[in-house]
Amino acid sequence: MSPKTLYDKIWDAHVAHEAEDGTCLLYIDRHLVHEVTSPQAFEGLRMAGRKVHAPEKTIAVPDHNVPTTLDRAKGIENEESRIQVEALDKNAKEFGVHYYPVDDIRQGIVHIVGPEQGWTLPGMTVVCGDSHTATHGAFGALAHGIGTSEVEHVLATQTLIQKKSKNMKVEITGKLKPGVTAKDITLAVIGETGTAGGTGYVIEYCGEAIRDLSMEGRMTVCNMAIEGGARAGLIAPDETTFEYVKGRPHAPKGAQWEAALNWWKTLYTDEGAHFDKVVTLKGEDIEPVVTWGTSPEDVLPITGVVPNPEDFTGGKVEAARRSIEYMGLTPGQKLTDIEIDTVFIGSCTNGRIEDLRAVAEVVKGKKIKDGMRAMIVPGSGLVRAQAEEEGLAEIFEAAGFEWRLAGCSMCLAMNPDQLAPGERCAATSNRNFEGRQGYKGRTHLVSPAMAAAAALTGKLTDVRELM
Amino acid sequence: MEKFTKIQGVAAPMPLVNIDTDMIIPKVFLKSIQRTGFGKNLFDEMRYNRDGTEIEDFVLNKPQYRNAEILVAGDNFGCGSSREHAPWAIADFGIKCIVSTSFADIFFNNSFKNGILPIVLPQEHVDILMADAEKGENARMTVDLEAQEITTSDGEVIKFDVDPFKKHCLLNGLDDIGLTLEKADSIKTFETKAAQERPWV
Repeated sequence: MSPKTLYDKIWDAHVAHEAEDGTCLLYIDRHLVHEVTSPQAFEGLRMAGRKVHAPEKTIAVPDHNVPTTLDRAKGIENEESRIQVEALDKNAKEFGVHYYPVDDIRQGIVHIVGPEQGWTLPGMTVVCGDSHTATHGAFGALAHGIGTSEVEHVLATQTLIQKKSKNMKVEITGKLKPGVTAKDITLAVIGETGTAGGTGYVIEYCGEAIRDLSMEGRMTVCNMAIEGGARAGLIAPDETTFEYVKGRPHAPKGAQWEAALNWWKTLYTDEGAHFDKVVTLKGEDIEPVVTWGTSPEDVLPITGVVPNPEDFTGGKVEAARRSIEYMGLTPGQKLTDIEIDTVFIGSCTNGRIEDLRAVAEVVKGKKIKDGMRAMIVPGSGLVRAQAEEEGLAEIFEAAGFEWRLAGCSMCLAMNPDQLAPGERCAATSNRNFEGRQGYKGRTHLVSPAMAAAAALTGKLTDVRELM
Repeated sequence: MEKFTKIQGVAAPMPLVNIDTDMIIPKVFLKSIQRTGFGKNLFDEMRYNRDGTEIEDFVLNKPQYRNAEILVAGDNFGCGSSREHAPWAIADFGIKCIVSTSFADIFFNNSFKNGILPIVLPQEHVDILMADAEKGENARMTVDLEAQEITTSDGEVIKFDVDPFKKHCLLNGLDDIGLTLEKADSIKTFETKAAQERPWV
């Protein structure tokens, strides 16, 4: 048998039907659902008199619209947001899928809840009507975002019509330097490949620096595979993965655990397997990075300066000009001179316990800059509870952060957490698009430690100077 | 789904690269639980001032492009969020075909599900079509899916590739779910086998 990549192996294990032209029906093991991209899909089922094919493999949780303020038990003020969450309540009940409502401590961002509850396991196919489904690739699961028509298709058939993508390897060799995190890896890769560099590919991340990451860090890396244009990002499962999964509510137990483990241990890329594209970065070359523009590929080390649009070529010249104007920056300006009004820590990229620990380490015993709006939004109710148990919440509140309830919050600002026009934010989220965090709001993407540093100084800051 | 066979219409030029789905339809409009009515908010933040008045120099506000049916766009069109509201807004506005050097994967798939034909062409061909689109309303392009050809207003013919299955679905306006349910036996067989091999799933 010819050597296979990890992606080849998971793909081959899930093809339910293959047509002559290579169009496949890919079987889906887990379908995650949230309130924004599902109402039209459930309505479609209803209109056609169809049922959910496998409700036991379907998990729903509201996250995008939910308020994260402590008074959220009193309900959602915005009528459209409320209707959307109520629609999910109703659809989950009517179609009998697993559901974590807003008042359940397990509620949170769908991509944090799935792994936390043990729904996401190695070797699975996982989809969700959300591009950051790539997150689950950290477990060696083939996971990607789909549109609402495809959500309806998966609900009705538990399959997806797919053609296989190409294989791409992203290797991060060696060790990371102090102050450099998983977020810096994933941003540095996008800076290298561009936002279309992964189009048509599934990425497998490998190398010593990836192996050394915790599951939380691996999820951060895979989460942003989509920002590099890839269909999915994958990391081969290993002891770190098995350790994380073991004992979670929906992870296999007893003899099933042993059987699962035996299969999971075969999930790696065979020696000599073919990759259509290879990108290699040295771990020690990666610096703490920030984005300066309005595309996640606009990445520079924090020690850099705002570029000149003329430094680019092709369509990027005009795009960079537009970005720099939108962001209110000047070419040549030092990145560490950029003043920040708001800090947002959270999201499916960086809303896990390890991210909060990294923030606490930087801000412990210190105060955020006067006038700074800084919020920490845990990725789930359980992350929040753990942070409180570990004493992190006290550190955050003493430093002047708002300590919120779980949700997507200001990552995409569908709930009341938004930037005002012209406001500038250091954010641990995943997109710096125009208007992403609020109309005319300005976003700089950073790691949790770098966001914490910016909250203290009021500027984009090299966290290594505070260490 | 509406069939796509052949269209002849005005093409609007949008040379900006990395046009993301937040630009195509900002999140404030994602709160609807309907599939329709998004066209008026297509490119909302680029198209309107905060008071709702139009931004004159935005391409789709110019008289010659208000009824555009084709978009010629910069590289990596539709990147970002998986929101199908983006192709819903584009289709609702009346655009049926988008040409670029590349599309983001999810947007590309979503387009086909909504009767929109995304066409990938090499840079030199996109440049020709962009220049043609710049000519305005008298320059009408023809997109023929059956023949896989775009004809510029000057009569220049550019061939394009399209996935045969996706082409078949677009030409006939076919519903994917209906097609897949015809293979229900294959799905059942797979499930039985998978339940034995991977019972923990």
